[in-house]
Amino acid sequence: MAQTLEQTGLPPVRPPQSSFSPGKLWTDKKSRGIIIQIIAMVLFCAVVVYLAGNVVENFQKLGKPFGFGFLKQESNYDINQTLIQYNSQSSHARAAVVGIINTLLIAVCGIILATVLGFILGVLRLSKNVLVNKLTYCYIEFIRNVPVLVHILFMYGLMVHALPHPKQAIVVKETFFLSNRGFYMPQPLFQPLFWLVVAAFVIGLVFAFWYRRSARIKQASTGEQSPVFWVMLASIIGLPILAYFLSGMPINWEYPTQSRFNLKGGMAIKPEFMALWLALSMYTAAFIAEIVRAGIVAVDHGQSEAAMALGLPRKRTMNLVVIPQAMRVIIPPLTSQYLNITKNSSLAIAIGYMDIVATIGGISLNQTGREMECMIIVLALYLFFSLTISFFMNWYNKRIALVER
Amino acid sequence: MHGNLVLRSGSVQQARIFAGQSMSRTTNVMEIQFMNLVKYAVATAAASMLFGGSVQAGTLADVQAAGHVKCGISTGVPGFAFTDDKGDWQGFDPAVCKAVAAAIFGDTSAVKYTTTTGKTRFTALASGEVDMLARNTTWTFSRDTDLKLDFVGVNYYDGQGFLIPAELGVSSAKDLDGASVCIQTGTTTELNLADFFRTNGISYEAVPIETNSEGQANYEAGRCDVYTTDASGLAATRSALEDPSAHALMPEIISKEPLGPLVRHGDSEWADIIRWTLNAMITAEELGVTSANVDKMATGTENPEINRLLGSEGDLGAMIGLDKAWAWRAIKMVGNYGEVFEQFIGKETPIGLDRGINAQWTDGGLLYSPPFR
Repeated sequence: MAQTLEQTGLPPVRPPQSSFSPGKLWTDKKSRGIIIQIIAMVLFCAVVVYLAGNVVENFQKLGKPFGFGFLKQESNYDINQTLIQYNSQSSHARAAVVGIINTLLIAVCGIILATVLGFILGVLRLSKNVLVNKLTYCYIEFIRNVPVLVHILFMYGLMVHALPHPKQAIVVKETFFLSNRGFYMPQPLFQPLFWLVVAAFVIGLVFAFWYRRSARIKQASTGEQSPVFWVMLASIIGLPILAYFLSGMPINWEYPTQSRFNLKGGMAIKPEFMALWLALSMYTAAFIAEIVRAGIVAVDHGQSEAAMALGLPRKRTMNLVVIPQAMRVIIPPLTSQYLNITKNSSLAIAIGYMDIVATIGGISLNQTGREMECMIIVLALYLFFSLTISFFMNWYNKRIALVER
Repeated sequence: MHGNLVLRSGSVQQARIFAGQSMSRTTNVMEIQFMNLVKYAVATAAASMLFGGSVQAGTLADVQAAGHVKCGISTGVPGFAFTDDKGDWQGFDPAVCKAVAAAIFGDTSAVKYTTTTGKTRFTALASGEVDMLARNTTWTFSRDTDLKLDFVGVNYYDGQGFLIPAELGVSSAKDLDGASVCIQTGTTTELNLADFFRTNGISYEAVPIETNSEGQANYEAGRCDVYTTDASGLAATRSALEDPSAHALMPEIISKEPLGPLVRHGDSEWADIIRWTLNAMITAEELGVTSANVDKMATGTENPEINRLLGSEGDLGAMIGLDKAWAWRAIKMVGNYGEVFEQFIGKETPIGLDRGINAQWTDGGLLYSPPFR
């Protein structure tokens, strides 16, 4: 039988009196949390203000004015790898740009090679062939358990000490030269008519994407499939090649030749770049391999079974069911590996690759004595690169995320 | 004038013995690079700027309280700075640190050495990590003014040269078009090199390196055709090569490189002590005071300047905050300029440097100390 409150004879429950007292601010869990946070924030600000003040004070004592005017001065030093026009008469700002481009070059090349290598290794690691599986396992464990700096120094040592002098360079068909001064190859010199090839490439690209889109619409409405891959390949690659031959091969090649000291002419990849690129890529690829393996294993086997039960061929099962789901697991940790490559590229300083740290954060810093300014620039640049990569990968992750209906 | 700088080397055998001793502690390239990285990170992170307290007030008082002089030296150049078999730093540059320690404490071991690269040296000095630098550092206008450093004198008049394998048969630096050149970063030589090749309209590939030993390793491995730095450093490096006779210094000296000890801007009293310790060593040689006869001369001589220098007449020491016998101790324990030169880099050593323009002014050189008066 249900009893009402009145029937039990207990006094009715009253809401607590909301009278304010300072002591309650501390005993109340919520307000105490806020108070502690305010105190922590004040302390943090005080430390920052103290440190900033100390910097200002020390700079004043040293009589060093703070400012970025030095960036306009002539740099007076040469850089051995420049992708833009630069000489010792250029400004420190331009030297910094050369450094930025070199850092971006190593980061982009590193990310591409590490991704390709990592995906291959990750798939090999899942192989049912015991030999392939175990060899890949040993390789990955060895590579990722040795510090990346050691890899870089080892690679550089290999490049400089194991490869022959330019005079005894390893030559392939008088075209490619490999020596401890770098890998030399012919340089393309574009003739006036080359614009036809570029135009063909652009047209091919536009056509390829238009074709893909219309093929999808066609499939959605009629269920008919079109050979999308082959048509895209033909229009993006085939069309420019066709244009190249039709316009009379408008590229001349400048071949490297032996000179008194070095090889002259052609394009050269310096041993510093090669060592850094290979070492960073190999190191990061080992981590990416594990991420890829984890991603593929994470997709339940039932998924592919279900896809096959529906009659999807093995390749389509992989492309349409397994990989899209694996990517959701792979992308977030892959982002941090890309960030790692970018940040680890600063280890270039150990072998004299002229990146941001070596140009604006190294020689410019030393020649002008502006430690604080230069380090702030380097800091800001790395932060910018990392945040950009992070932003892009987050966008991509959102795009491929599971759409819940 | 630079013709005087043409260097002579001792015999090959001597060089090997010397290299074996002096470079015994030289670690391999990898370790050096590791050390540099760590040091570079520590020094340039400007952490000392953030957390460091005052770096200027009364360096002498700070040094006396600490009981040692914090001295920045190079990471190792045969003859100029090297560790002996006991692990102590020796050489032409550490001798200045030792003389200062002798003048202040009467103890040449009261020095705490910090190795610095071309890159880290000024940060180390500016941040107070070291009290003075005694490493092959060129006195230039911008370093003296804009970088807020004070050069207190010159202990070696040098110039930039080129070291090249003899088999290449290059007779002039102007024939170096297209060569790869090993160059220490953060140095004046780096700037001179860019100027030299630009004004002569020839091209080169710069191979940046951090330390002398790294430069030597890259040069020996053939990563670069030419190694360029101060001619004295090249002579020293050449002496440590496997076969010094297979390598030649080019006749051209492309710059003036007055090398000397330096301190921070703003503490003139401390600068005075270093300046006059160096001058005491130079003057001692000029006046014929050596570590052997300094005790006898300190009791009084006919020459009033010697008497003032060694403290038997007047009290010059008090004027720089030290006692009367400061210079006597420096000369007694370290030696005069000529003794130090001959001991570490002179003709009898494998480095085999001629006094050349580093002779006393009375012998036609450039060494000219202001008078002790």
